[in-house]
Amino acid sequence: MNSKTKKAYLLNAVAVFLVYIVFLTLIRFKVLSNYFGGVIILTCIMMIMALSLNIVAGFLGEMALGHAAFMAIGAYLSGFTSIAIMNAFPTAPALLVLIFSSLVGGVAAGIAGIAIGTPSLRLRGDYLGIVTIGFGEIVRIFFINFDPLGGAQGLKGIPRLTNLSYAYWITVLVVFLIFTLGVSKYGRAIMSIREDEIASEASGIPTTRVKVMAFTISSFFAGIGGSLYAHYQGYIDPDKFQFMFSIEMFVIVVLGGLGSLTGSILSAIVLTVLPELLRGFAQYRLLIYSLALVIMMIFRPQGMLGRTEFSLYHLIYVLTNKREPYKKGSIDGGKSS
Amino acid sequence: MSAILQAKDVTMRFGGLTAVENFNLSINSDELVGLIGPNGAGKTTIFNVLTGVYKPSEGEILLEDTLINGLMPHEVVALGMSRTFQNIRLFKDLTTIQNVEIAYNNDIHYQLPHALFRTKKYWEEEEKAYEECKKLLDIFDMGDYEMTKAKNLPYGQQRKLEIARALASKPKVLLLDEPAAGMNPKETSELMETIHFIRKKFNLAILLIEHDMKMVMGICERLIVLDYGKTIAAGTPEDIRKNPDVIRAYLGE
Repeated sequence: MNSKTKKAYLLNAVAVFLVYIVFLTLIRFKVLSNYFGGVIILTCIMMIMALSLNIVAGFLGEMALGHAAFMAIGAYLSGFTSIAIMNAFPTAPALLVLIFSSLVGGVAAGIAGIAIGTPSLRLRGDYLGIVTIGFGEIVRIFFINFDPLGGAQGLKGIPRLTNLSYAYWITVLVVFLIFTLGVSKYGRAIMSIREDEIASEASGIPTTRVKVMAFTISSFFAGIGGSLYAHYQGYIDPDKFQFMFSIEMFVIVVLGGLGSLTGSILSAIVLTVLPELLRGFAQYRLLIYSLALVIMMIFRPQGMLGRTEFSLYHLIYVLTNKREPYKKGSIDGGKSS
Repeated sequence: MSAILQAKDVTMRFGGLTAVENFNLSINSDELVGLIGPNGAGKTTIFNVLTGVYKPSEGEILLEDTLINGLMPHEVVALGMSRTFQNIRLFKDLTTIQNVEIAYNNDIHYQLPHALFRTKKYWEEEEKAYEECKKLLDIFDMGDYEMTKAKNLPYGQQRKLEIARALASKPKVLLLDEPAAGMNPKETSELMETIHFIRKKFNLAILLIEHDMKMVMGICERLIVLDYGKTIAAGTPEDIRKNPDVIRAYLGE
């Protein structure tokens, strides 16, 4: 690790911490309402969802339209786990329960990812899209009809463990992990498949294994996102995880820029906060939202950030020295929310 | 001198079409062999069979006494044979150095947790990989382009980058599919020098498909001539030049 990287890390850590402090104080002193605190939590969850989808849609370049299903699996299994834990040990510390049940949800979603990815990743493009849509519907209808987990009424009584701090820091951790994945040899292998699968195989990349790995990691993090969601809402409505929800996540990723992590973060913020801010213009809300998407696609079809990453270190360096500083790696992180 | 790559009676059929018939090949560990023939003769099919893209209908392929037919292409690469493509297949949206690093992946020894949590091992291995790949680019005079996206490189550089990428997986046998296609005479002669150089430097056996006769005759020690999937001649460039079958295949009766 050279000094430049260290400085960039430190800078990002400080920025992440500052943003956290700012939001916490604003809510403590009632400048922002508790309702807005909830919007921030939802934004964090959507960020996790968009980032995890970006592994498959952006890095691997595949059209996966069933991301809500993995979220549902994570939500249900983690919710079930924490209900069980809370019944057995009512005094268990909230954070530990949240982390443990999130891991359970994530692993379950990851296993589902292997099960779905192994056969269906032989398909490409729209064909894979259709398989994943089908999978998403199967999962939703399964949970609607599976009475031990609440059936059509949904799973109730999940302890509401997700608060602003937990959601924020778990999101930061997920951002960090997905970013480090992107700049490792695994990230390069995944991206090489997006660029040219035949050449990737001819360069010694075991493409099938790498694809399934990417799909699994993506669904693991989707499971974590689902867990946070379940513990924020306190109950799970199976109808939440409809096809349109998957599309919503896909829109976030495309709008932010396929393959750009900071782009996903930015667009998760915009697309979660914008509809909330527009609540005042109730009947024009969807109109403005859709119009924003159409305008975006006309003038910037590659997404807000395209495939580039926003880097705080880079920004500050350019502002102070007016020269290009960063040479190595195409993805470099600038996390802030 | 023992043969590093051998093909014994390899036949490749697609349905009723026999693309390659009873193809035999034996390359020594430091030889440069050319594979020529008119369009559609089956040269690229042979490359695809050798590298595991197709499984041969009959016959066997041995790489250093290991039977490799039926293996996946990435397994063949791991055993020490890599290739370039006739129509350039680079990772276009990735940088030059990343293109090389991807092929170097098998020599980077860390596991997923190391990468995710950025352990010391991750930094050491990444640093080593970067140094090695940079060295490889410098051999091709492309060190200055390390951060350029592959799609933005000039054509000749793209060809060179593909060779550099093929070399990054440390092959013992290198298969070059028309490396001089689309190059002007000056670029071609530069390429010939590069091929000579990498042969000495990396101690490689090279199998080369090429249409540029001046280049083929200039650098190959042996030639194999294909026509309609059949081997019609094999021997030194001088023999091939005089061979009546070859003249007929190229010029007609």
